[in-house]
Amino acid sequence: MIELRGITRDFDVGGRPVHAVRGVDLTIEPGDHLSIMGPSGSGKSTLLHIIGCLDRPSAGTYRLGGQDVTHLDERALSRIRGRKIGFVFQFYHLVPRMTAAQNVELPMVFAGVERVERRQRVARALASVGLSERVAHRPDQLSGGERQRVAIARAIVLDPEVLLADEPTGNLDTTSGREVVELLEAMNAGGLTLLVVTHDPAIAMRARRQTRMVDGRLEGGSQA
Amino acid sequence: MNADDVLVFSAGALRGHRLRTGLSLLGVGIGVCAVVLLTSLGEGARRYVTAEFASLGTNLLIVLPGKTETTGMAPVIGGVPHDLTVEDAEALERQVRQIRKLAPLSVGTAAAQFGERSREITIVGTTAAMLGVRRLRLQSGQYLPEGAERDRAVCVIGAKLQSELFPSRNPLGAMLRLGDERYRIIGVMAPRGMSMGMDMDEVVHIPVVRHLRMFNRRSLFRILVDAGSHDSIEPARTAILRVLTERHDDEEDVTVLTQDAVLSAFGRILGMLTAALTGIAAISLSVAGIGIMNVMLVSVSERTREIGLLKALGASRGQVLAMFLVEAAIIATAGGVAGLGVAFVATRAFAVVYPAFPIDPPAWAVVAALGVSVSVGIVFGALPARRAARLDPVAALTRR
Ligand SMILES: Nc1ncnc2c1ncn2[C@@H]1O[C@H](COP(=O)(O)OP(=O)(O)OP(=O)(O)O)[C@@H](O)[C@H]1O
Ligand SMILES: [Mg+2]
Repeated sequence: MIELRGITRDFDVGGRPVHAVRGVDLTIEPGDHLSIMGPSGSGKSTLLHIIGCLDRPSAGTYRLGGQDVTHLDERALSRIRGRKIGFVFQFYHLVPRMTAAQNVELPMVFAGVERVERRQRVARALASVGLSERVAHRPDQLSGGERQRVAIARAIVLDPEVLLADEPTGNLDTTSGREVVELLEAMNAGGLTLLVVTHDPAIAMRARRQTRMVDGRLEGGSQA
Repeated sequence: MNADDVLVFSAGALRGHRLRTGLSLLGVGIGVCAVVLLTSLGEGARRYVTAEFASLGTNLLIVLPGKTETTGMAPVIGGVPHDLTVEDAEALERQVRQIRKLAPLSVGTAAAQFGERSREITIVGTTAAMLGVRRLRLQSGQYLPEGAERDRAVCVIGAKLQSELFPSRNPLGAMLRLGDERYRIIGVMAPRGMSMGMDMDEVVHIPVVRHLRMFNRRSLFRILVDAGSHDSIEPARTAILRVLTERHDDEEDVTVLTQDAVLSAFGRILGMLTAALTGIAAISLSVAGIGIMNVMLVSVSERTREIGLLKALGASRGQVLAMFLVEAAIIATAGGVAGLGVAFVATRAFAVVYPAFPIDPPAWAVVAALGVSVSVGIVFGALPARRAARLDPVAALTRR
C-alpha cells in the first residue's frame, strides 16, 4: 500500500528553483498495476525515485505499507530499498564484471541473507525470467532483452512489495520489449504491485490504472 | 553483509580493473621494498662496523704516548713526552688490578728473507698476551713464548706470508732472516684481513724486546689492555693514567683510548644514517599511499553509477564505505607483501654477492613496513571511501 499526500520535489539549479513534482496525491493498493505516461521532463522519474526511497520529497508525506517513511534516516531507507522495493531501469544497470547470478545475488548480499538461501533464490529468480541457461554469463554476453530480464530477476529476488520500472522497454526492440512487459505483468499477476513509467502508449494501456504526468502534476491517478 | 561478502565484492572489483590495481600494487610494493632494503642497508652497515670493532676486543683500552686529546687546559709547553716503555707496561700489569691482559706493541718495517725470496715486511713486536688481547687465532704451531723463554729469536708469520714465502713446504722450524738476525718460525697465524690499519696476514710477530733493539727504539707504539669486563673499563683507564703519570714525573703525557667511546660514536652516526634512510623510505611509502588515494578517487568517480545502483539495491552507507576501504586495504596489504617478497629476494642476492655484509632485514622494519602500508592504505582509502558512501543515489544512478 503506497500513499502519497501532497508530494513536492524542488531542485535548486543555480539559485533558481525547479519544481519537478508539484503536490502529487496518489494511493496504490497492493497488487495494483499502474502506468505513468507524460512528456519528457514532467517529473515521472523523480516521482518514481521518491516512491523507491532513493530520494526524499521537499514536502508532503509518504506512507509505505502503513509506515511513514518521509523522515526515516539513511540506514532505515536503505533497508526498505533492499527489502520492499524492486527497481528496473531503462539502462539495466547490471554490474559488468559480475555474472548474471552474481548480479541477482547482490541485493541479498546487502540484506544479509544466508548463503544457502541466496543460491536457492538466485536459481528460482533466474528460472522465473527464463534465464536458467545464462547463470554464468556476464552482461556483455547477453542480449538487451536478456539483460533486462536479469535486472527483473534481481528486482524480485527478495520478494519486494513494489516493483518500480522506469522505461523498462526504452532500450529494447518490440519483441523483447513485449517479452519484458509480459514478464512484469506475470509478476504482477502473482501479487506484486507494479508501477511502470513508459512513453509507449501500447504498454501504458495494458495497465489496470493509467495516469499521466504533466509539468509535475499527476492526472487520473488521484481518484483512489 | 558479513566480512567475507565484503572481501569477495572488493576483490572482485579489484580484479575487474587489472591495470589500475596492478599500478597501485606496484606503488605500495616499491614503497615497502624501499623501507625494508634501506633499513637493511643501514642496519647492516651499523652491525658490520660494530662487529669489526668487537673483533678487536670490546673491552679494549689503547694506551699511546703523547697527549692527543684536547683537555681544555693549555698544552704543556716544551714538554717532550716521556717514552712509553716496556717497563711502563710491566708496571701497569703489576699495579692495575682491573687489567686482565696486557700486550705491548711496537711496529716497524724491515726486509724479510728466506732463501732466494726477500721482501719488505711489517714487523710487530709484542708478547704472548697479544694472542688473547686481540683475539688472534693460530693456523699452526704456537704463538710467542712466555716467561723465561720470551726473548728468544723466534717469530710467528701471517697466513699470506706463508703462502708467498713457503709455497711448497711447511714453514714451521724454518729460519727467517729479519734485518740482520735470524728467527726460527714457530707458528703461522690464521687469516684475519685488515685490522688496525695493517693487513694482519702479511705481518711477522717477534718478541717486543728484540723488536725495540732491532729498530733501535725505547718507546712502544701502543699498549693494548683488555679490561676483562665492560664495567672495569673506566676504573682501568683512571688507574692506568694514575700509574703512568706517577712514572712520568707527574706529567700526564699519555692518551688512553677506549674502544667503547669510538664504538658508541660510530653507533650513533650509523644509527642516524639508518634513521635518515628510514625517513626516505617512509616518504616513498606515503607517496604510495597518496597513489592509493588517487586510484581510489578515480575508481569512485568511474564507478559512480555502480555505487548508485548498489544503494538502490539496498546497500547502506556503512556497507559502501566498508567495500571501498577493504579495496584500499587489499591493495595496501597485497602490495606490502609483494614488496616484502621482492626485498627478501634482493637481500638474499645481496648476501650472495657480498657475504661479509650482514644484510638481514631488521624485524622491526619488516613489521613496521607492513603495518604502515596497511594503515596508509586505510587512511588514504578513507577519503575516497567516504566520498563513495555519501554519494546521492539518484544523482549517481542517473549520471551518464
Ligand atoms: N538533480 C536534479 N537537479 C535539478 N533538476 C533536476 C534534477 N533531477 C531532475 N531535475 C529536473 O526535474 C524535472 C523532471 O525530471 P525527470 O527526470 O523526473 O523527468 P522525466 O519525466 O523522467 O523525463 P524523461 O521522460 O525524459 O525521463 C526536469 O525538468 C529535470 O530537469
Ligand atoms: Mg525519466
